[in-house]
Amino acid sequence: MKRFARYIGKRLGWYLLTFLFALFLNFYLPRLIPGDPISQMVSQIAAGGIESDTMKKLFETYVHEFGLDKPLIVQFISYVGMLFRGDLGTSFSQYPSPVTKVLGQAILWSLALQLPALLVGWLAGNVLGAIAAYRKGVFDHTVFPVSLFLNSIPHYALGILLLYFLAVVLDWFPVAGGYDQALSVTFSWAFAGSALYHYVLPFMSIVLVTVGGQAIGMREMSIYELNSDYVLYCRSLGIGSSRIVGYVFKNAVLPQITGFATSLGMVIGGSLVTEVVFSYPGIGTELFNAIRQSDYPLIQGCTLLITLGVLGANFLMDLSYGLIDPRIRAAEMEEAAA
Amino acid sequence: MKELLRRMWSAPKVRAGGILFVCVVVYGLLVPVLSSVSPVKQVGDPFERPSASRWLGTDNFARDVFVELAYGTRTSLKVGLLAGLVATLIGTTVGALAGYKGGLVDGVLNSLTNLFLVIPPFVVLILLSMSLRTRSVSLLAVIIGITSWSWVSRSVRAQVYSLKTRRHVDIARISGFGTLSIIAREILPYILSYLVMAFVLQVASGILNEATLSMLGLGPLGSISLGTMMSWALMSEAVRTGAWWAFIPPVVLIALITFSLKYVNSGMDEVFNPRLRRG
Repeated sequence: MKRFARYIGKRLGWYLLTFLFALFLNFYLPRLIPGDPISQMVSQIAAGGIESDTMKKLFETYVHEFGLDKPLIVQFISYVGMLFRGDLGTSFSQYPSPVTKVLGQAILWSLALQLPALLVGWLAGNVLGAIAAYRKGVFDHTVFPVSLFLNSIPHYALGILLLYFLAVVLDWFPVAGGYDQALSVTFSWAFAGSALYHYVLPFMSIVLVTVGGQAIGMREMSIYELNSDYVLYCRSLGIGSSRIVGYVFKNAVLPQITGFATSLGMVIGGSLVTEVVFSYPGIGTELFNAIRQSDYPLIQGCTLLITLGVLGANFLMDLSYGLIDPRIRAAEMEEAAA
Repeated sequence: MKELLRRMWSAPKVRAGGILFVCVVVYGLLVPVLSSVSPVKQVGDPFERPSASRWLGTDNFARDVFVELAYGTRTSLKVGLLAGLVATLIGTTVGALAGYKGGLVDGVLNSLTNLFLVIPPFVVLILLSMSLRTRSVSLLAVIIGITSWSWVSRSVRAQVYSLKTRRHVDIARISGFGTLSIIAREILPYILSYLVMAFVLQVASGILNEATLSMLGLGPLGSISLGTMMSWALMSEAVRTGAWWAFIPPVVLIALITFSLKYVNSGMDEVFNPRLRRG
């Protein structure tokens, strides 16, 4: 147990370092914007015609928040300090709302959409891939190309197709939003029903593409396992095929778990942009709007949350992987002990 | 290399995917040469339906979609190829050095790889491209390449690590060859098939990354790509007003390009990885 704690501690330390590095990128890269970003931003906000008093106040807010007059390292430390107090700065486009307030709602919508969609897609894809590998024949010859094709379309492009065919042409689903705008966001049956109705298409877009990717990987892994010696041995002993499938599935699914966690960083971009297609009120849509309006604090807030989510998922996966795979557990712990 | 290509061609999947890919390339290269219509010229009214003279109608800017699509395909292919090249080169160099050198070099390079593996490339891409004043096609491609090499590096490192104990590598080392020439002459040829496969996948993911950035409004400035076409169609409400000819063609082309590349990759995997062949 002590060893396991040390293993966790080591991983945690590594993730903290990685997070610090990501934090630095998040802090530093927007500062590379050519020219004086603050004047640029303020003049953008002021384009609508604000009194000089407000303009001055705006300017001061941002000079203070960015601390541009101080050396870089001091700026970075005060940036991290602000984060620890749960302060992500002030949004430009929705001034004077703080970024945390703007993103507070969005993150709930995104989690409610992305998490179940990715998990369902992962599960369905793995089962389908395993069956395709085992059944061979016609089933395999259809599952494989279809999965590959689905996985070749980015989430949002599939979203556009679903939106057009199922919402515009057939009029089965709503064309935009996360809920009926006539309803207020409350815990009522009407609201839940409307949210669910708006949920179907974005959910399907993400699930289908994920199923494709996972099925391909799992099929490959399973073929790999099916060709291995222990399967031959089991067969020669006359062990029933359902038990063999059980063994094969267990072994093949392990790399699929870490593989999925690691690929999350790649996948999440596409699945967040899906929200843009449906104007779904999540982080992806906020990010899109923030980019269009050059709302740098809001963009930074979004990228920070996305990074945090992906790193967190990877860390959890590392932990659970240590628990499910005894081989990894042994190897990693020896390394940690050494 | 010739042998490699011959063996690749013997796989039906590689052949089918390859032919599909070549068709797309030919479309992207030939239409701009054969047609005198400029992709940014207003040729009529916005959202004209497909007709005999304009096969795919016009988009929200009243541009000829068929012509625009060819230019878009060209840009997307260019981004994909350049990004794939950059990613494969960086990944191979970092991975090979880490795997061959071991020790401190490996420690540093491997940490760097792991760092780039978990930090979402999507995030770095957004942060980088929003801080650029000029976003040309090539610059965007290079940036995409720089953010996506970690996968290549990880596999190359593992393979080089197992290859470096081979006897012919030892002989080269005793004969006094330098690190770089040993890696280039004694190790990389053995993983050439893998490198080609990695490159093919990186091209596909480069094209998808460009499209994702364009959808967010961070695509190449002043150029037409498949991603910017989708993004314009969406923002001009082409989807909700039913102007299918403005958005289905770029979606289909992106899918075709990526599908053909992934199909080639999968076919190559079966050729070079005998354990994946079915008995």
